[in-house]
Order: sequence, then structure tokens, then C-alpha cells
Amino acid sequence: MKLQIFALVPLLLFIGLVALVAVPLLRGTDPAKPESPMIGRAAPAAALPPALAGVQGFAPAEISGKPAVVNFFASWCVPCQAEQPFLARMAREYGIAIYGVNYKDKPEALAPWLQKHGNPFTAIGADADGRAAIEWGVYGVPETFVIDSAGIIRLRHVGPVTAAEYEKIFAPLLAEVQK
Amino acid sequence: MKLNILLCALAFAFFLPAAAMAVQPDEILPDPVLEQRARVISQQLRCLVCQGEDIDESAAGLARDLRLLVRERLVKGDSDAQVIEFVRGRYGDYVLMKPPLAPRTWLLWLTPAAVLLVGFAAVLRMMRPRRKPGAGGAA
Repeated sequence: MKLQIFALVPLLLFIGLVALVAVPLLRGTDPAKPESPMIGRAAPAAALPPALAGVQGFAPAEISGKPAVVNFFASWCVPCQAEQPFLARMAREYGIAIYGVNYKDKPEALAPWLQKHGNPFTAIGADADGRAAIEWGVYGVPETFVIDSAGIIRLRHVGPVTAAEYEKIFAPLLAEVQK
Repeated sequence: MKLNILLCALAFAFFLPAAAMAVQPDEILPDPVLEQRARVISQQLRCLVCQGEDIDESAAGLARDLRLLVRERLVKGDSDAQVIEFVRGRYGDYVLMKPPLAPRTWLLWLTPAAVLLVGFAAVLRMMRPRRKPGAGGAA
């Protein structure tokens, strides 16, 4: 009788292992997209020069006082192109200030790209050597941050922003920080 | 003495090309002591856009940027721990090749020991002589 109870141990271990794998999988958390330690901390203060003649550079100190969205992007980045129409909608329809950080790009490539895909950005700072990206804990483009009115990073989103993700993740947070 | 030098040269000839694959000549610091520290630190930091590579062995752009950053901070006088902390503060524990021992990672670190203990207990159980009447042919 005692032996039969022990015979269940491998089965229980197996069920435990399946649960360990299945729970994060079903909850949609991707271990390859780890949570940023920057959340809850002040946005890096270093100001970035304008990415183009005629646009404003990105100075994090100047945006404090109202919530903002910061988007790391590049003209060579295809997913960035994909999110561009939605970023334009965020800026136009929802009145959100989006600050761009142009990652490892060239003005002569950026200007025609913005012409073609639209320019949703209030200001665009240049991060030619990728150092600002490291300061922000960015490991690829596009990445999008939400900063509250106190200048604290509240959200980091990896990959293009879609309408569905906006409704699910961004909208509730933006509503909260705009209060 | 001569043999020593020869051995050193041989070791360099065999191991240096493999080790220096990712680190570009323009990244290497003139101070060999600092460079060596940079190499050791780089081997502890994960390349975030690769699969299971550290930044010392990765050819990815971000890995190169991080290698340069590590060297820059060492030149500025940071300790090894400060450099690692700088990167960890921005990218999280994920950037460390060796996860830290914390309540979150107890399962990860203690599972091998637990499995070993369970196996040991099982072996002990099996080796205990069985007192079953008439069970002679089980050897």
C-alpha cells in the first residue's frame, strides 16, 4: 500500500513541471522580454541633440509636468515602420506627446522616412552611437516608454505598439497618470 | 626560461584568435590590466539580442556598444562590481550570465541539490534488504 503512494510521485512531479511551464505561457509573459528595472525610476536626464535640422531635440528635463511617451525608433527598422501609423493616431486623436529617440540613424535616411510614414513626434533626439539606448535599458527598436508627470518611467513596451496593446496596456496607465 | 616563453607564445597562437573573434582591435584598451578586467566583466554580461552568448563573444551591435561602455567605465575608475551594477541597473538580472541567488531563484539553484538528495534517498531505499518471503530470484 505504501509503495503505491510512492508510485504517484513521478506523476505529481510531472504535473508540477507542466504547471511551471504552462502558467507563464498562458499568461503571455515572454521570458525573452524581461521586465525593465527602469520602471519606477526617473527617466535618464541626458538631453539628446536634434536628429534633423528643423526638429527639436529631446530634453527629458523639459517634458516634466505632464505625462509623455518616449519611442526609440530608426528608419532602418521595419517594425518601427509598422507602428508609425498608430503612433500618429496616438498623437493626433488622443493628444499624447510622443518624443522620439532616433537610434543609430542618419539624418539623410530619417528625413525621407518621416516624409513617407508620417511624423508623430513632438521632438526627435538623435542617439547616433546607441549610448542613450543603453542608459534607458533599451536592447532593440522599437521600444516605447510611458513617463508620468513627475518624470518617472511607468511602462516599457518592447516591439511595435498596436491598437490592441494600446487599449490593453497604454490606455489605462495614461488615464491614471493624466489624473 | 626559453621554454616558458615558447609555451606562452604557443598558448597565444592557439587561444587568442578564438577569444578575440568578437572584440575588435579598435575596442582594445592600451592598458593590458584594464583590458583583462574588461574581458572578464564582458564574459559575465549577457548579450541581450543573442541566444545564450555573452557580450565578449557576440558580434551584435549592442554587444559591441556594451563592451565599449564597460571599457569606458573602467578607464574612468569604476570597480568591476560598479561596472556590472551599472549594466544590471538598466537591463536587470537577465543581463547577468549567472543569475544571483535570491528567493526568486531558489528553485533554480536548489533543484539540482534536491534532485540529488531524492535520488540518494531512493538508492538507499532500494539497497535496503527486503524481507519478503520467497523473493530470491530478484537479483
